[in-house]
Amino acid sequence: MHKDLEEYSGKLPPKILAEIEEKCPVSKIKKVVKKVYDEYSAAQVDAGEAVGLISAESIGEPGTQMTLNTFHYAGVAEMNVTMGLPRIIEILDGRKSIATPQMEIFLKAPYNKGKDIKELALQIKETQFEELVAEYALNIVDLRIEIKLKSDKLKEIDMTPGAVAKALEKGLSNDAAIKQAGDTITLQLATKDETKALNSLYRLKEKSKEVYIKGIKGVSQILPVKRKEEFIIITAGSNLKKLFELEFVDTERTTTNDVYEISEVLGVEAARQAIMDEVFKVIETQGLNVDIRHIMLVADTMTVSGEVKGITRYGVVSEKASVLARASFETPIKHVINAALKGEVDQLNSVVENVMLNQIVPVGTGLPQLVSKRAKEEKQKEK
Amino acid sequence: MTEVYLNGRYVGDVDNSAEFVNRIKQDRRSGSLPGDMNVYYDDALGSVMVESTRGRCRRPLVIVKDGVTLLTDRHVKQLQKGELSWNDLIAQGIIEFLDASEEENSLVAFSEKDITPEHTHLEISPLTMLGVIAGLIPYGDYIQSARLIIGTRNLKQSVGLYAANFPLRMDMDVNLLHYPQMPLVQTMMHELSEYKAHPSGQNIVVAIMSFKGYNIEDAVIINRGSIERGFGRSSYFRPAVSEELRYSGGLMDSIVVPDKDVKGYKSERDYRFLEDDGIVYPEAKVKEEDVIIGKVSPPRFLSNLEEYSLASNIRRESSVSLRHGEEGVVDFVTLTENEEGNKLVQVRLRDQRIPEIGDKFVSRHGQKGVVGLIVPEANMPFTASGIKPDLIFSPHGIPSRMTISHMIELIGGKTAALSGRIIDGTIFAGEPEEHIRKELVSLGFQEKGTETMYNGVTGELMESKIFIGNMYYLRLKHMVANKIHSRARGPIQLLTRQPTEGRAKEGGLRLGEMEKDTFVAHGASLLLKERFDSDKTVVPVCEGCGIIAIFDPLKDKRYCPVCGDNVEISDIEISYAFKLILDEFKSLGIYPRLQLRSKY
Repeated sequence: MHKDLEEYSGKLPPKILAEIEEKCPVSKIKKVVKKVYDEYSAAQVDAGEAVGLISAESIGEPGTQMTLNTFHYAGVAEMNVTMGLPRIIEILDGRKSIATPQMEIFLKAPYNKGKDIKELALQIKETQFEELVAEYALNIVDLRIEIKLKSDKLKEIDMTPGAVAKALEKGLSNDAAIKQAGDTITLQLATKDETKALNSLYRLKEKSKEVYIKGIKGVSQILPVKRKEEFIIITAGSNLKKLFELEFVDTERTTTNDVYEISEVLGVEAARQAIMDEVFKVIETQGLNVDIRHIMLVADTMTVSGEVKGITRYGVVSEKASVLARASFETPIKHVINAALKGEVDQLNSVVENVMLNQIVPVGTGLPQLVSKRAKEEKQKEK
Repeated sequence: MTEVYLNGRYVGDVDNSAEFVNRIKQDRRSGSLPGDMNVYYDDALGSVMVESTRGRCRRPLVIVKDGVTLLTDRHVKQLQKGELSWNDLIAQGIIEFLDASEEENSLVAFSEKDITPEHTHLEISPLTMLGVIAGLIPYGDYIQSARLIIGTRNLKQSVGLYAANFPLRMDMDVNLLHYPQMPLVQTMMHELSEYKAHPSGQNIVVAIMSFKGYNIEDAVIINRGSIERGFGRSSYFRPAVSEELRYSGGLMDSIVVPDKDVKGYKSERDYRFLEDDGIVYPEAKVKEEDVIIGKVSPPRFLSNLEEYSLASNIRRESSVSLRHGEEGVVDFVTLTENEEGNKLVQVRLRDQRIPEIGDKFVSRHGQKGVVGLIVPEANMPFTASGIKPDLIFSPHGIPSRMTISHMIELIGGKTAALSGRIIDGTIFAGEPEEHIRKELVSLGFQEKGTETMYNGVTGELMESKIFIGNMYYLRLKHMVANKIHSRARGPIQLLTRQPTEGRAKEGGLRLGEMEKDTFVAHGASLLLKERFDSDKTVVPVCEGCGIIAIFDPLKDKRYCPVCGDNVEISDIEISYAFKLILDEFKSLGIYPRLQLRSKY
């Protein structure tokens, strides 16, 4: 690295230094890097700036203008996705199960041009036993269910009746004995208890409907879409872990909108990025203009602890050091009593507590203080 | 089989529902069933509902049979001669009242020429579709329905001649317009409702133009000359009431000029308007804090009486005085008794209200606005013929609200003023706009209603022609004098020591949570602390146990209720609200300990 640049390593991000070295003629590097450094320092947030509050206001104010109902585009194949304010709330609350999970699956080289796309999509979609059934026949006398399968459907998902019976056996475990002959599967009820038999027979039928046969669990809908010269698959329902086991999936670009799942499969750093992307996506579609740095700060506070925590009284708020600050945000008595049990000490280091006590809040003009030696003490020491 | 319900209660079944419904209608028209009965066949439920309860909204319609109205020209002629009355028409089964549900089974023709064999009824006049107030709005068929409704709401709030016997009444909080006029553009409803007996607006000259930006955001500019000539002038009446209540033990209030030894005696100056009977004299010009009715009451807690031997003399002051910021003239004093035979004094106050900046005015089309500026007459723009507008209305109020009727009234009013005849603006039956325009031309004015105008200050000719004409304007009862409020210091609440809330209590304007956030966001910590100093207190804190200590001003000593007086006690400055929450913690059984440390 150029020696003029080396001086600034640590003061400027490496990415900027590299860019200067690459694009700038050597003779001018000294001047340019100086100018860049000045601009960079001027852009930095001043000490004592109430960054969190400004972020809160910057997201909250446009949030009041957000429409609750989503826009629908006529004529475009589309899946139902939570958007707008409910989606923002969902993300910031750090919910474990979201209302409309969705994956965007990118495919590896030959397949992303549309090769076998239909077959791949069918491999991903979860097939439940109900979809294969042409007819149920309940034999009440022998406590038996005779099921006729749809042969065309079987062909579509490329499975034999025998394989289906095996999957069914796995799903129903000990509830019934399974026999298969041609297109017909017979379930013989295991219990012999006459009083409960009829009920259990009916329950068995209902249970069999939801048995997992093939595909990826949780993916209820698939939609292959062409996006910029490339075919991708959009799904309703999300299961990244299982999906990544398939060899044709491009694991580097495939995403889900379920932040919690991302943090489990890909880690917190990915979750942080996902929070930012998802929140920004909503704000963008609403036609609002919020600086990404505010969202970055929110994403950071949600993920610093190493896992995704929502901005709720169970999440990040419960991590606050100050008892009074926690008590001022929902369920005050609970916090105060617990603090009393533990003998907590509030150091009054943050904004809310100091407002409550009518003391100067430690931001902005509240920070500078005068430091001087106390003459009396000095003299006493001398003595 | 069709189920039949009478007033929502099942009464039986009929075989042929259509025939049954028809028979009820027939019998009602002939008079053998009561005329306030309505019948309705519910297609979805397949049942017949007969209603005769009170509280149903009903309206009259002319009955149509086989595509012919039952109301013939002969009837109309007889009506005009007075040989036939409204009730006769109902008795003869020519007009009947329908409620909302029977209307569902009917097909009502809008006008006679629209009638087909399917029609069952004919509208007497399109005006009957509207209520009294909506019917008062001219050219209601040239305005959005939402605006029309806003217009009716505004009309209800207008200041007018609310009752002819107003000098004798003791109404609470009423306004009276001083020079009410009949509108130049009227509707049939004005005649029907005898509007001339209680008009509530004035005809003024309105110019639609901007004026130095003082009429942005729906504000209006008013000519000072017009105000001085009496435009919008009104009186505000408010009664003050007091009575001599009786208490247990034979004690009672007495309406007198309070003695100086009465508990809570104000000052001699405050009682200066009272006559010997303890009541103000009529036409006294009273201001805030002045006593209107002097009264003394017995002490509140009788049990305390024993402590003082002469205590029965110590009575409490309970006079009625003017509230903060109020003023007026004593208009009318009555002395009566209430139901229990107690002496009852009522004093009516009057306050002249001359339009000022912030008062609310409205045309009849929901085009409301507050006064933004009062311009001296000499500075008002004027037309070539020397007409100066009384009010200037902003053109930005028109396109988004689409109040076309507002503009038609303007040229209608202009034509009426020039020709000396009343213009009829009844909904769906008003005088056509072209008609008015033609007449305006014949009177020597621009067909569009625009005129060349000159700047009132410089005398310069204005480049664009100004739309100017006469309109009926109403003053609304919302006046700044009743709403203006400010405070620098004043009363505080007993519990929290924070300022009181609301205008009536001379309260402060709260700097709330979100407003606080803006101070923090700006980093203005020191300013924020000062803004929240309204309840700051200095409390002594025991450094031994960390609990708030006690200061005894008699001995000039501090001591701790826990550790006694042999500990170090320091004063700290906190908000009183925090002291309160510490007390609440203590009541919860929580020991809130304050650890003191030097801040610097």
